[in-house]
Amino acid sequence: MSDLFAVVMLSGIYSLLSASLFLDLDAVDVAFTEASVGAGISTLLFLATLKLVPRYEKKSRYKPTLALGVVIATGALLIYGTLDMPHFGEADAPVHQHVAPRYLNDSMNEVGIPNVVTSILASYRGYDTLGETLVIFTAGIGVLSLLMVSRRTKEKALQKVPADMQNQIILRVVAKMMLPLILIFALYVQFHGDYGPGGGFQAGVIFAAGIILYTMLFGLSLTQKVIKTEVVERLTAFGVLLYAGVGIACMLLGGNFLDYNVLRHDPVHGQHLGILLVELGVGITVAAVMITLFFKFTWRTVKHKYNQ
Amino acid sequence: MNIIGLYNYWIVVVLMLIGFFIVIAHENLIKKLVGLSIFQTSVFFLYISMGKVAGATAPILDENYQLYSNPLPHVLILTAIVVGIATTAMGLALVVRIYEAYGSIEESDIQVQDNNDRLEDYLEAYGHKNDTHLFNQDKDE
Repeated sequence: MSDLFAVVMLSGIYSLLSASLFLDLDAVDVAFTEASVGAGISTLLFLATLKLVPRYEKKSRYKPTLALGVVIATGALLIYGTLDMPHFGEADAPVHQHVAPRYLNDSMNEVGIPNVVTSILASYRGYDTLGETLVIFTAGIGVLSLLMVSRRTKEKALQKVPADMQNQIILRVVAKMMLPLILIFALYVQFHGDYGPGGGFQAGVIFAAGIILYTMLFGLSLTQKVIKTEVVERLTAFGVLLYAGVGIACMLLGGNFLDYNVLRHDPVHGQHLGILLVELGVGITVAAVMITLFFKFTWRTVKHKYNQ
Repeated sequence: MNIIGLYNYWIVVVLMLIGFFIVIAHENLIKKLVGLSIFQTSVFFLYISMGKVAGATAPILDENYQLYSNPLPHVLILTAIVVGIATTAMGLALVVRIYEAYGSIEESDIQVQDNNDRLEDYLEAYGHKNDTHLFNQDKDE
């Protein structure tokens, strides 16, 4: 298939289908994330890139025989490797013997929130999540520096850039009705993540999706009035700092880094507070990075179109 | 030995190979990135399917349920998905810059241009500044 637009749309559908498969495999939080990230933001960023590069793939001069050979050889080796693996759905597989029983049995007494995924994410493996938030932050910085658009171009463009979908009345009206709901849903996912599927990662992406929807339909200049680029760019760092700050506050109060037990008099209350703040930090960073990414790609398009 | 119970790994392997094939056989950089994300989801499936316990439910504690799936792979993959999109965005930004610099996102075009540039540098170093016809013949082939 040489039409890249079709390729990107198909990969979006594939993401949505894999989200439903995750749901079937009991991974509700993962399904949630895949649906909002894979089918939503990822497809969107690919489409934004397609606006900047040619839409059709050139015909390749090479025959894919060698590649096919490599792939089949690798596949045969991998299949051979699976023969020793535990069967699907087995309860006594080695994976389930290590730390998982402890998380499932003790997390209610130690952390006190029903969603085990959240308590592992924010408390037991808080270091991991801090590292991953940092990776997202770094990627945001990377895109910022790769797709820089000078202030002069922006100011020049702001006066003459119309929203591309100015004439889509139905879309605009529906989006206006949905926007508050999307943003409130994002906040619900953020703060209800302790009790049901959800948390900072998903909430950040959903919040960003709401803002991006608005930007697509009403144009950059209107969005910039509400959401200043400078503020969003600072918020990317603020989320990470909030996360690390909670860790340092724990140290100042006499505990270990990211050991929330000391935050309050009661360890379980301390855990609640710590997880809330940490998830907020994650949510802020993820939302800010996603919004920044989209803004950067859009500015690049504007630059190409209006500034030759 | 009953090997039908291993079917989840085979699905993962097939998906992984599809992604791998796209990455190595296609020259278009956007397609490579799509292939990479298919590769990535196959790894997600590997982890999540290993965490599944037959007859269990999602790991949100409730008095009515006793058996839960393993929550640890869920945590690892949840964060991996978001990190994945951040790195994909980085890749897309690179693709945009490559297109701006080379005017193409096909790997072979980029390579031809790079080779020509290098040849031009060599020729210039040896004082053949205007002999560009020497390599323009290769390009037409």
